[in-house]
Amino acid sequence: MASIAELALRRAEAGRCGKDVRSDCKVSIELAEAGGVLIELRSRVEAYYGDAIREQILEVLLALGVKHARLHIEDEGALPFVIGARVEAAVLRAGVHPEGTWLPACDHERPLSSRDRLRRSRLYLPGSESRLFVNAGLYGADAIILDLEDSVHADEKDAARLLVRNALRAIDFGGAERMVRINQLPLGLADLDAIVPEAPDLILLPKTETPDQAVEADLRITEVARKHDVSRPIWMMPIIESALGIENAGAIAAASERIVALTIGLEDYTADLGVVKTQSGDESLYARTRLLNAAKAEGLQAIDSVYSDVADMDGLRSWAERSRALGFEGMGCIHPGQIPVVHRAYAPTAAEIAKAMKIVVAFDEAKAMGRGVVSLGSKMIDPPVVQRALELVERARQMGIVTANGAPEEKA
Amino acid sequence: MSSAIASGIELLRNAAGRMVPSSVNGREQTAFAGVRQHRPQGATAAPRIHSNADFPSNGDKRVPDLATALRLCGLRDGMTISSHHHMRDGDRIALQALQTAAEMGVRDLMWFPSASFPCQSPVIDLMDRGVVHHIEGSMNGPLGDYCSHGKMRGLGILRSHGGRWQAIQDGEVHIDIAVIAAPTADPFGNANGVQGKSACGGLGFALADSIYADHVIVVTDNLVPFPCVPWQIQGNHVDYVVEVPSIGDRSKIVSGTTQITRSPDRLRIADFVARFLRDTGIMRNGFSFQAGAGGIALAFVDYLHRYMREAGVRARFVRGGSTRYLVDLLKEGLTDYILDGQTFDIDGVRSLASDPRHVSSSPFTSYNFHGKGNFASMVDAVVLGATEVDVNFNANVVTHSDGRLLHGIGGWQNCLDAGCTILAVPSFRDRIPVIVDEVTTLTGPGEMIDVVATERGIAINPLRQDLIRAAKASSLPIREIGEIKREVEKICGGKPQKARVTDKPVAVVKWVDGTLLDTVWQVQK
Repeated sequence: MASIAELALRRAEAGRCGKDVRSDCKVSIELAEAGGVLIELRSRVEAYYGDAIREQILEVLLALGVKHARLHIEDEGALPFVIGARVEAAVLRAGVHPEGTWLPACDHERPLSSRDRLRRSRLYLPGSESRLFVNAGLYGADAIILDLEDSVHADEKDAARLLVRNALRAIDFGGAERMVRINQLPLGLADLDAIVPEAPDLILLPKTETPDQAVEADLRITEVARKHDVSRPIWMMPIIESALGIENAGAIAAASERIVALTIGLEDYTADLGVVKTQSGDESLYARTRLLNAAKAEGLQAIDSVYSDVADMDGLRSWAERSRALGFEGMGCIHPGQIPVVHRAYAPTAAEIAKAMKIVVAFDEAKAMGRGVVSLGSKMIDPPVVQRALELVERARQMGIVTANGAPEEKA
Repeated sequence: MSSAIASGIELLRNAAGRMVPSSVNGREQTAFAGVRQHRPQGATAAPRIHSNADFPSNGDKRVPDLATALRLCGLRDGMTISSHHHMRDGDRIALQALQTAAEMGVRDLMWFPSASFPCQSPVIDLMDRGVVHHIEGSMNGPLGDYCSHGKMRGLGILRSHGGRWQAIQDGEVHIDIAVIAAPTADPFGNANGVQGKSACGGLGFALADSIYADHVIVVTDNLVPFPCVPWQIQGNHVDYVVEVPSIGDRSKIVSGTTQITRSPDRLRIADFVARFLRDTGIMRNGFSFQAGAGGIALAFVDYLHRYMREAGVRARFVRGGSTRYLVDLLKEGLTDYILDGQTFDIDGVRSLASDPRHVSSSPFTSYNFHGKGNFASMVDAVVLGATEVDVNFNANVVTHSDGRLLHGIGGWQNCLDAGCTILAVPSFRDRIPVIVDEVTTLTGPGEMIDVVATERGIAINPLRQDLIRAAKASSLPIREIGEIKREVEKICGGKPQKARVTDKPVAVVKWVDGTLLDTVWQVQK
């Protein structure tokens, strides 16, 4: 006879339902010894996809190796990738050791990410809020972040991990770099086991304080990627959120070849300092500039924190403009409305571009004539100034502000 | 024209390929023959002859209560009683009139509202008891479900605001008694909607009723001495005036504030539409537009406001449903006039009451098929919603994709006459595709729908090559509608199942000219 503990394990739930819930479902499962699979479905979209949902649930159970169970599903219009993740979470919570996995189809392009691509904006998507995933790629952010850390309740980490894994396959995020913020290690290692097979472009490592944390994550990524034949590059971006982390910024930056950028988490950092986070950010100026310097010393991008008042676009603009002036190349966004403001703020100004273009033209002329010295009018231009102008024009091209031949792009 | 028999009813295939009954509630019908094809002949219906000798010379038409008024109007079995919906979900009078008729023992009434709201769902009880035979007007919520399940004795008839006026003029609907809730009235029956504690804006939806009904009762909770100025309803049409403590729940008549959507997807759609008008040159000095009070429409007005200001462009007129967002345009001098069919918020009501450039309009001036022209066709661009749009640009606003009644037509069909008709819709809702192969219920023929703006891109009807050319230079994502549909099907997990309906009609959808455009079928189970 099964013990009470075992019996309790054989029943489980996952997901959410209710009047205010949209595009999610709640799956209740009770494992059985015999009798096959019984599905009770109440769905807001019964009239449109009732048959498809029942069919999918059978497929998922078959893949997981569940042969006898009763399922009750309260569906609020969940998309197939969500239904798959919810059923799987319920099955795992019921104590089943699955025979396999059900994965949603992946039939769109997933463009490769490069080490130094534009990372002006990254749009945060709470890992449990799957309804926000589908259209996240439409807003033109340079990256989207599927977050498994702070936005996911401790009891939902297992389920969110499956949602995020499925989303990495099923959702077309367009040209956005696909980032995942995992949990702090060691919990984050389990996140990596689940998501690395789906080849996210970049892993954000929260609360990184020492280089060995980055090394540990790197090793696990390498191990899982090798096991699942993932050949796409998977970059890392440590988030430094403590005084100790800031002290170790240089060592962290150098800890792994996968690291392409450093970023800072100001809520935790100011808490660690025991100070209030202000609009001006004076209290974190040291930390931000130190992180910036550490990043540049390793040839990495330095990426700023987020601006948390989504209604205050002027405040965001001013923060982002100061951030660019310090040397940051981008920041996080917590609402799609912030993206265009951030992009404008991190773009070089028209005057900067015009000046840089003149220098680039002078540089090209000098090169063509075999001269080592670049001059503009009567003025000689120093090599680092030339270098900065070349980089600025190249960035402006990537941002689509100037065309390939240098003409200013027409305004959208 | 092919025909068939279903549930004992003869069905005809109309010019849109839809099966429609040959007769509805005992009246012969004409099947939709195509846009601008139907031309009825003869004279419009006329009201009965009245003589002022039969009315009090001191102009005092007050009676103590609604029951007395109904009795004096000769209320009897089988009559048609009409009401307007300017009080929206706060209205008390339409229901009160029908319930009073029930207390008087009358049966088999036809209720002819300009629209119904959930607050009127107790009419279900009156239909169960035989007091109300059927409804010709919009049905949604519980009333829509009642009709969709085939519980109503007669067929529902869904008409546009203009179509309601046309049906009265065609003599298809003869109103025996019009009950007009009025926020302010005088004892003679002059009435308006702009004054009083229940102010709702205009009263245009009651205008035809006041002119054509045999009997007209004005019910008010703000009686003023003669004259009530302005008189949006003329007392010369009115038989009786009834004073009551309250004609409705003020908080539901107009909302204190109308809310712009906060959904990023919907904001994106709204911005697309505003940029479309800007980039195609529709937004130019002296232009005009109409937008409703939905979240996307409000946000659209807000974005367009910015683009108009940036470009220094001024509209000649804008058409409401008015809201704070239209009033802001007027105040800033970015439009010369608001021509207002109904008023959705307090700012709209205040503006209509106090600003001579904010003018009340009626379905006659705006929409009526039997007018010598109407305003709707003179509007440069209109922004509307829809439940479903298909790959041929046909649209549905009256039923859910599962076949259940959802909405009335309102002014939607009439507005399709604008120079550029834009449907602003999400491409799917939760897991319900909005862009589909074929609409469940045809409410607007695709040839009249020019642009469909979704969060995944904008589709332009191939019939509008001029718009396609005009949008060439724009950075907007212009896409084929079929491509958007395929993308949505991929997201939602394949094509949705077809609505499961029976072959029994429960309601019909009229086109603006009074012909039958489509049929709403009883849903299964």
